[in-house]
Order: sequence, then C-alpha cells, then structure tokens
Amino acid sequence: MKAKSAHHLWQFAGGIHPPENKSISTQQPIQDLPMPDKLVLPLRQHIGAPAQPVVTVGDTVLKGQKIAEGQGFISCPVHAPTSGVVTSISDHAIPHASGMEDTCVVIEPDGQDRWIDKQENPDFVTLKKTELNAIIREAGISGMGGAGFPTAVKTAPRDNIDTLIINAAECEPYITADDVLMRERADEIIEGIEIVARLISPRRILVGIEDNKAQAITAMEKAAAGTSVDIVVIPTKYPSGGEKQLIYILTGKEVPSGAIPASIGVVVQNVGTCAAIYRAVRYGEPLISRVTTLTGLAPKHPGNFNVLIGTPVSHLLKTGLQAPVAKLVMGGPMMGFELASDDIPVIKTTNCILAPSKEELGEAIPEQQCIRCGECAKACPANLLPQQLYWHSAAKELDKAESYNLFDCIECGACAYVCPSHIPLVQYYRFAKTEIKVQKADKEKAERAKIRYEQRNARLEEAKRQKEEQRRLRAEKAAKAKAAKAAAAKEAAASGEAQSADAPKKTSQDDDARKAVIEQALARAKAKKAAKQAKSSNDGSATPSATDKAE
Amino acid sequence: MVMKFTPHSSPHTAGNNDTGKLMRLVVLCTIPGILVQTYFFGWGTLIQLVLAISVALGVEASILKLRQRPISFYLKDNSALLTAVLLGIALPPHLPWWATVIGVTSAIMLGKQLYGGLGFNPFNPAMVGYVVLLIAFPVEMTTWVPVQSISEHQLSFLGSLNMIFTEQVGELTTQSLKQLSISQFDGITAATPLDTVKNDLGNMHSLQESLSSPIFQALAGDLWYVGKGWFWVNLAYLAGGIYLIMRKAITWHIPLSLLATLLIISNMFSLFSEDSYATPIFHLFSGATMLGAFFIATDPVSACTTNKGRIYYGIGIGILLYCIRSWGGYPDAIAFAVLLMNMAAPTIDHYTRPRTYGHRIPTVTKE
Repeated sequence: MKAKSAHHLWQFAGGIHPPENKSISTQQPIQDLPMPDKLVLPLRQHIGAPAQPVVTVGDTVLKGQKIAEGQGFISCPVHAPTSGVVTSISDHAIPHASGMEDTCVVIEPDGQDRWIDKQENPDFVTLKKTELNAIIREAGISGMGGAGFPTAVKTAPRDNIDTLIINAAECEPYITADDVLMRERADEIIEGIEIVARLISPRRILVGIEDNKAQAITAMEKAAAGTSVDIVVIPTKYPSGGEKQLIYILTGKEVPSGAIPASIGVVVQNVGTCAAIYRAVRYGEPLISRVTTLTGLAPKHPGNFNVLIGTPVSHLLKTGLQAPVAKLVMGGPMMGFELASDDIPVIKTTNCILAPSKEELGEAIPEQQCIRCGECAKACPANLLPQQLYWHSAAKELDKAESYNLFDCIECGACAYVCPSHIPLVQYYRFAKTEIKVQKADKEKAERAKIRYEQRNARLEEAKRQKEEQRRLRAEKAAKAKAAKAAAAKEAAASGEAQSADAPKKTSQDDDARKAVIEQALARAKAKKAAKQAKSSNDGSATPSATDKAE
Repeated sequence: MVMKFTPHSSPHTAGNNDTGKLMRLVVLCTIPGILVQTYFFGWGTLIQLVLAISVALGVEASILKLRQRPISFYLKDNSALLTAVLLGIALPPHLPWWATVIGVTSAIMLGKQLYGGLGFNPFNPAMVGYVVLLIAFPVEMTTWVPVQSISEHQLSFLGSLNMIFTEQVGELTTQSLKQLSISQFDGITAATPLDTVKNDLGNMHSLQESLSSPIFQALAGDLWYVGKGWFWVNLAYLAGGIYLIMRKAITWHIPLSLLATLLIISNMFSLFSEDSYATPIFHLFSGATMLGAFFIATDPVSACTTNKGRIYYGIGIGILLYCIRSWGGYPDAIAFAVLLMNMAAPTIDHYTRPRTYGHRIPTVTKE
C-alpha cells in the first residue's frame, strides 16, 4: 500500500480466515455510557499478586483515587473509576473462564464524578526513566490486549531490547476496540509508544496492523510521520495478533519454548496499553476506563464504548437489545470465554463483549469421531499436531500429550474451528494441561512430605543416639566414681603401709579426675551441638508443615 | 433481572467443515470414474455399487445397534457409504452377489466397527474387504469383463443382473458361468490388461508380444497401449482426484508422491529392459492406479497425518505397488500396498513430526 509496508514479512504456519464480522461495531465513533448504579472492581484484574484494599466500607472515594495497592513486583494497584462510596469489599463473580468469585471493591457512584488532584506532566519528556516507569506502575496499567500482564514490569528501563512491537493486529473476529482507538486517538498511541521506547531504548519500533483496518492504518501513519515508529501492514489471518505469531511475522524470530519475548530482545505492547500509558504520564490519569466493543446481533446499538472499569455487563446491554442473547462472550469468538451471567464487571483486559443471537452463534454441533484428516495440523499456528494432542489428552495419556508439546499450545482455537468432526479440541487441551499441573503439584507435595518424613526420622534417630550416649556417659561416670571410691578406701586401708609411694599415686589420681572433668565437658558440648542441630532442622521443616495445613 | 448462561469452552464459532460433507464430496468425485467405467464395462459396476451400498448401510446400522450407538447420527458421517462405493468400484463388474455381500460385510464389520468404528480403524476398510475376497475367491475376483464394444456378448442391464444374482449368462441361461466353454467364457470375461501383461511377461513373452493380444489390439493406434477403456477410466479418476485436491478435501502429498514413485521406478526398469517391463504410462493408467492414488490411499483414518509422513507413505505405496505388480503373485496391488503401508503409518508419523514453534528440532518421543 505505502512505502512503509514494504517491510519484509514472515509468514507463520497455519492460521485461518474466519468471517471477520467487524463492521457490526465500526459504524459509530466511540461513545460514552451513562453512569452505572455500581462499579465492581476485582482486586485481581492482572497477572500476578492481587492488590490489597486501602479503603474500607463506607469510605468516600474520588475519581482516580487508589483503592487497592499492588503487592510485590508483579502486581497492579486499582483506582476508583468515579467518585462515590465504597459499599462493600467482598466476593463477587469476576470475569474468569471458570465462573469463579473473588474479592471485589464495590463503589456506588455519587454522580458527581469528582477527580482527585491529578499530577499532570506537560513536559514529561524531561522526566527520568525511573520516574516515568513509577507513574506507569502507580497508574495500575496492565496489558489491555487480553493477558493483563503488569505493564511496568515490561517497561522497566533497560538497554538490551532490539525491537519494540506494538500489537495492533486485532485478529479476532468481531473485536474493533483497537481499530477505533487507532482511528480516533492515533496521536495518543504514538506518544505512548514513544514513552515506552524511551524506557526500553529499542533499536526499532514496529506497529503491526492487519490490512483489514484501512482507516486505522491511515490514521496511524499520519500520526507516526516524522517519528521512529514504523507502521507495518500485515496480511489478515487469524491468529496474527498472537504475541508469538506477531513477533514471527515482523522479525522472523521465534520465542523459544517456555521463554519470554525479551529473551530474544523483543517487547510487545498492545496499542490500548500505549494510549493508557500516555494518559497516565501526561495527564496523571490512572487506568480507570477503557474502550470496549459491544457487538453481536443481539444488541440494538453495537459499537465501541468508553467503559469505566467495573461496569457490569448488564449495564452495557441496557443500551438495548433487538434479539434474545444466546450467550455472552467476554473477548472474541475464538479465544474469549463465556460468562455465566451478565452481573460480571468489565475489567482492564475486557476488549469486547460479544452478545450473539441464537442464529448467529448457537449451540455447538455434536462431536463426532476424529478421522485424522489433519486439517487441525494445517491450521495450527504453533506447528503442533492437534490430532495427536487430542488423542492422548482424551485417553489421559498425559505424558504423551506433553511430549507432543502440549504446553506450546496457545489455545487459539484454530484447530477446533476447522475440525470437520466438531471436536472441542481446546477444551481437551485445557483439561490435559490442568491435569498435568495438578499432578505436578501433587508430586511436589509428595516430594516435600517425603523429605519432611526423612528429616523427622533422622531427628528421632539423633535424639535416640544422644540419649544412648548420655546413658553411656552416666554409666561410665558412675563406674569411675565407684572405682575411685573403692580405690580411696583401699588406699586409706593401705595408707600406713605404703607411705613412700604416696606422692606419685596421688598425682595419677589427680590426672584421672582431670581427665573425667574434660571428658564430661566435651560430652556436654557435643550434646548441646546436637540439640542445636536438631532444633534448626526442626525450624526448617516448620514452614512447609504449616503450609501443608493451610492446603 | 440477571441473565444466566452455561459457559462452554472457546472457540464459540466453527467453520463449515463437516465429516459427513467431506465423505460425501469424495463419493461425488468418484462419479466421473464410475460413469466411464460403466460405459466401457457395462451395467455390472452400477449393480455392484447399489448392492454394496445397501449392504454397507445395513451392516453399519446393525452393528451400531448392537453397540448401542445412535444409528442415524453415525450413518450421517457417510463413511460406510464411501467404503461401499470404493469397494464396489474395485470389484469385478460381474462378481457373484454373495461375494460382494461377504466383501462389504468384512469391510464394515471387520475392517471398521470391530475396532470401534470410524476413526479407530488401523486399516482402510474397503481394502480389507477387497483383500478378504481376493484371497478367498481368487478366480471370481480376477475375472473381469472385456470392454463392451469388443465383446462378443454385450450384456444388457438384465443380463448383468442375471449374471450377478444367478451366475447365469443372459441367453445362455442353461449354463452357469463356470460351465461355459473356453470360447464362450472369453466372450464375456477377460483378464485385465495388467493381468495379461503380467502373465505374458511371466511366460517369457516380450512386452511387444503381450501387447498384441486382443484387448490391446482392439485399440490399434490407441493411446500408449494401456488397454482400451482403462486409460479413460483412470483419466476420469484422475480428474475427480484433482478436483478433490482443489476443494482441499485431500492434500497433494500422497497422490503425487505415489504416482511420482511409480513413474520413476517403472521408467527405470522400462529403460533397463524394454522387453520385460511395462512402460510407465502403462503403470500409471492401468488397473486401479488413479483410483488408488487419489481415493484409496488418501483415506485419512488409516494414512499418515503429517505432510512429510504422507510423502513417505505415498512413496511406500508406490514402491510396493510396482514390486507386487511386477514380481508378486497378483496383477494389481493397490489393496496390498495400501494395507501394508497402513501398518507403517503410525511409525512414519512418529518420526515425521513437524518442528513446533519455538523448538529447535522436532521432538521425538522415547517410547
């Protein structure tokens, strides 16, 4: 198209071309929603340790106020998306494939939307790298493309990065959040990219956009003009937006199995994340809202919305329905997960709420037998053999499934999509992965228990040996004392007879007594040392046994 | 009011691929070949097909019932239909009906259902049925019909029907097939070109002498001496096969490697001794070569699944095909070659795993 798309591209194996269905939600610019009745903020919206609440029930909070603090290096704080009152801090259904509940802070908006004092930085270019990264960390920004990895960890200043890749592929059908964000806020994105670039000093910056987003490409190219940011147009093919796939497309490099992109000098950020970084650095706004696509044939007004984090999905659906909702998918139809109800909040990683009608994405077709046609292998972007993984997973031959590189599966669903026998392949892989993880955890636990058992045995042995030793010493001492007494008595009896031999005898007696004293002291020291050792090994095992109980 | 749903695993959408449709497409692609075959060899082929399909569906349904599986759900995968069609095509047009019943029953029951049904059979079911018949009834199975236009007795539809079900020949109703005199017998039956060439070469005749026999002579000036009719039949299956590749129902790996291997080996031997080995064209367009390469060897269940493996698999079949045809006891060898390679398929798959993303070399499991 343009000179810039002349960048050499690599083609990853497999991939599919499902119907894009993107135009459903691109007819309108990004819209605002009315204020919801409540905002439900999970303490864990990111990968890593959950945040700890720093407010209590009944507190009044301002918009942008920190309500929970990140814990440790890989964690993220959470902020109030609007002003209001904390009404509860308790378990609530969170967006998770398993439909689980977790601790959430619930805020009832007061409708005034009053900001906290924001720390604006009009000339943020003068800030130090560490200051910039601290702002990113404090703003609670985590990857907005889907995984939700705390961004500050990835933007920590360093100088060993070759390529910064900005993921703007948005290859999943239906989702257009990044697309419209690029159309409307390309400048903010480019500014954000430059902040990241300053932090990690890459040799080059590549923005990968699929060629089905003509408007976004134009906007981004315009915004990137005169910067070191390269806009690279890539062919539309699912899952080109998979991190590993995008890295391959743009650099021809593969992330080694089990390693992170940084190991080959690559850092990948999502476009939405870059925009959030800019807002945080320039305007002091923490991550309290995001662009989320509401799409599918059920909503009357599908489109993209500025959604406050914590907004219940039901609030989005209040924009109106034109057909009954067959299911609710958070994310796209390929990798998203179905929600058990609509009383689940939008979080930092929620790029899309898909509400299809029954005709659109209805019931799954019943599963037939695998005919080993190999369509799945042709579609797999990781070059796996999905039919073998399925065969071994279904048969619970977990070691074999693992030997076919089960853990390199990115669960993109391309295999299940093309399967003529409609086998829910990804479900089998998830099952097998979980089983393997559980087995490994069990094995480790058993290993720990074994070590504890052996330590305890050793301790008991040692105690027994010590007791034995003490008994022996006591017996010896007693025997000696007895002998000495007998000798003394004998001596006394014979004192008159052998006066001349008295002196040397006395000396030898003195020697004997001294020897006994030294021996006793040595034994005491030895016993003390042994007791100390036993105690320390006792302490060492105290922690695991405590955790054991907790488990 | 809260909306409630029962969540399912991703993906939440599916493509249009369907096993039943895939099998049906393969069946449909045999039609040109079947029509040409009927044109040259009479109604027998069609009667065999109808018989085979009926028996196959009946046997499949009964066994599904015995196994307490939903019958119509499994019948809809069209795999029994495809097995019946492939076997029906391969059978001699005037094979007695009972032989067809035995063959089809063996294919569905022994070849597939006893292993657990579609997807679990290590061998190609149609070829299992074919080999059962070939070994049990060698005479019936190697008695083919001559091309109708050069035959002394052109069989009508009823004549063919009569021959299959009563083993009596049209106007010669008083005599069974086995009692026919040699001249009469030759009139309605004939060895296939593969058979003729094999026997003649075996009897120290030269290829040229063999090619002067009636089934070739009738073709005077015809294409490449492959036997009248057979060339066109093979061409029709080739066309159907190419369409299958275009529709992505099969990949090119097995057919191409199979045919290329056959071409190379036959060419080598043909060049080495023109008189004692048939030409490459003869091999490529005789017997069941094209049917085998595109429709039989490509059965996904019993073949290799990796693309690299498929190439080795095709090469293996090509080599075996040539060896058995040239030096083995049977004139054609698609069935044996395919079954033998079926046995090798899991091993080939094991050693031809692709290199997974992020791995330096393909991982081979230690068993």
